[in-house]
Amino acid sequence: MRSSNRFRPFFYILLALYAVITFVPFVWALSASFKTLPEIVAGGINFIPKHFTLDNYRTIFRQEPLFVRWFFNSAFIAVTVTAFNLLFNSMAGYALARIRFPGSTLMFYSILAMIMIPGQLTIIPSYLIIKELNWLNSYQAIIVPMAAQATYIFMMRQFFISFPKELEEAAELDGLGRFGLFTKVVLPLAKPALAAQTIFIFMGAWNEFLKPLMLMSDKAMFTLSVGLNTFKGQYISFWNYIMAASIIMTIPALLIYIFFNRFFVKGITFTGTK
Amino acid sequence: MAKPFGKHKLRDILSGYGFMSPAIIILGCFLLLPIGYSIFLSLHRVNLLGTVSYKFIGVGNFERMLDDARLWIALKNTFRYALIVVPSQTMLALVLASILNMKLRYRNFFRVAFYLPTVTSSAVLVLIFMWIYNRNGLLNFILESVGLPTYNWLGDPSVALLGIMIMNIWSTAPLFMVIYLAALQDIPENLYEAAEIDGANAWRKFWRITVPQLKPVTFYVIVMGIIGTFQLFDQSYIFSAGSGGPNNATLTMVLLIYQYAFKSLDMGYASAIAFFLAVVIMLITVVQRLLFKEEKLN
Repeated sequence: MRSSNRFRPFFYILLALYAVITFVPFVWALSASFKTLPEIVAGGINFIPKHFTLDNYRTIFRQEPLFVRWFFNSAFIAVTVTAFNLLFNSMAGYALARIRFPGSTLMFYSILAMIMIPGQLTIIPSYLIIKELNWLNSYQAIIVPMAAQATYIFMMRQFFISFPKELEEAAELDGLGRFGLFTKVVLPLAKPALAAQTIFIFMGAWNEFLKPLMLMSDKAMFTLSVGLNTFKGQYISFWNYIMAASIIMTIPALLIYIFFNRFFVKGITFTGTK
Repeated sequence: MAKPFGKHKLRDILSGYGFMSPAIIILGCFLLLPIGYSIFLSLHRVNLLGTVSYKFIGVGNFERMLDDARLWIALKNTFRYALIVVPSQTMLALVLASILNMKLRYRNFFRVAFYLPTVTSSAVLVLIFMWIYNRNGLLNFILESVGLPTYNWLGDPSVALLGIMIMNIWSTAPLFMVIYLAALQDIPENLYEAAEIDGANAWRKFWRITVPQLKPVTFYVIVMGIIGTFQLFDQSYIFSAGSGGPNNATLTMVLLIYQYAFKSLDMGYASAIAFFLAVVIMLITVVQRLLFKEEKLN
C-alpha cells in the first residue's frame, strides 16, 4: 500500500509513540533493578539510577539459594520439551502426510479434533493421572505431557504435504530406509518449520505458569515463573529484588526471540491464519 | 488416502505406526484419557484424602453451580473483561498493522520491537505492571503530573480488573498485529490501484478496501481474543496472590477452577466447572471454524 507523503510524519510519530509505550515498562523495570531500595521507595520518574548498584542481582543469587535451581529447572524443562516436540511432531506429521497405513485418516481427524479441545478440561484429570504415576514434583510431570502437541503435528503435516516428493524418491533409490530418509533428507529440509516451532514451544514451556504451579509443591522443583511468584510474596516490598529477578527471567526468552526472529513472521503466518 | 488393507505394504504399516507411536502414546494418555476422566469426575464427589475415592452424584455438581455466587461473579468478570479487551486489542492491532504495512523506513525495527511484550513471560509482565501500578509507581506519577486523579490500582476493587485489562491489551495486541500483517500482504495490489484511478484517498481506500478484505481475519482475531480472555489465569492469579481479590474483582473462571481443585480439593465440582467452560470455548471455536470457512469460499 502506498501512503501519501503528507501523512508520513504523522505515521512516524504514531510508531515512535507506540514504541515508547512498548519499551517504557521494560526500561522502568530494568532501571529499578539497578536502583537502591530507598531510591525506589522515594518515587519519582528518573530512569537513570542515581546510585547505580549491582547489589540487587548479587542478593538474589546469594540469599535465595534456590534461584539458580529455578533457572536450571526452567531451562532444562524448556529445552527438553522443545527437543521432544521437534522430533515427535515432525515424525507424526510426516507419517500423516506421506506414509499409507490403516487408520491414518482417522488419526488425522482425531488430531484436528484435539486442537479444538481447551486445555482447562484436562488440568484436573491430568493432575490425578500424574499423581497416580507418582510423578508429582518430578521433571517428567511437566515434560512428558507436553512432549507432543496436536497443533504442531498438524502444522508439520501441512508442511510435508506441500513438500516435493522427488527428493525422497531419489534418496529411496539410493537405498535409504524410512528412518534414514526422514533424518537425512526430510528433517534438514524442514528447517524453517522447525525453527518456527522452536520459538513457539520454547517460549510456551519457559513461560508456563499453571502446570508447574499445580504439579510442583517442592520448592526446589519450582520453575522460574512460579519461583518468581513466591519470591514476590517473600520480598513483598523489595521491588529492587523482584525487578532484578524479572529481568533475569526475561533475558533467555529475549535472546531466543532475537536469534530466531527471521523465522518468526513466517511461522505465525503458518499457524495463525491457516 | 484410505485404501484397502491389502494395498498397504507391510513396511509402510510398520513405519507408519512407528512414526506415530510417540504422539499416540502422549496424546492418548494426557489428552484423550483426561477428557473421558474429566466427564467421569464431573459426575462424582471426589475424596482425595488417603486413597482417592469417588461417589456418584449424577448432575449434583452441575446443580450446585447454579447457586454458586462466586461462579457468577467470575463469569461476569470474564464477560466484562472480554467486552473491553477484545475490541480494544483488535482495533489497536489493525491500526498498528496497517501503518506497518506501508512502505515506511525502519518498519522492520518497529515490527520486532512491538512484538516484545508477547514473548515476555506473563509472570514477569504482571510483576512489572504491579510495580508500575504501585501507589507511588509510574502510572500514578504520570496521572498526577497531568492533573488526573490517582488510584490504588492493586487494592481498589473498582479498578483492579481494569489494571489487568490494560496490561493484557498491551501484551496481546502485537500477536494479532502480526496476523493482520500477514493478511494485509495477501490483499491484491491492483484493488488499490483501481481505487486510485477512481480518485480515492488513503482514508477511503482503508475503509472501502482494506477493512472489507480483512473481514475473515478480523473475525478470526475476535474469536481468538474471546477464547484467550475466557482462559485468563496467570495474570489474575499473580496479581491477587491466588485470591481473585480485592473483593473478587479479579476472579476469573480458570482461577475459580484452580481454587476449587487445589485449595478446597473439591476435584469433582472443579471438573464440572471446567467442563462447562470447555463447552463454552468449544462452541465458540466450532462456530468460528464454520463461519471462517464460509467466508473463505467467497
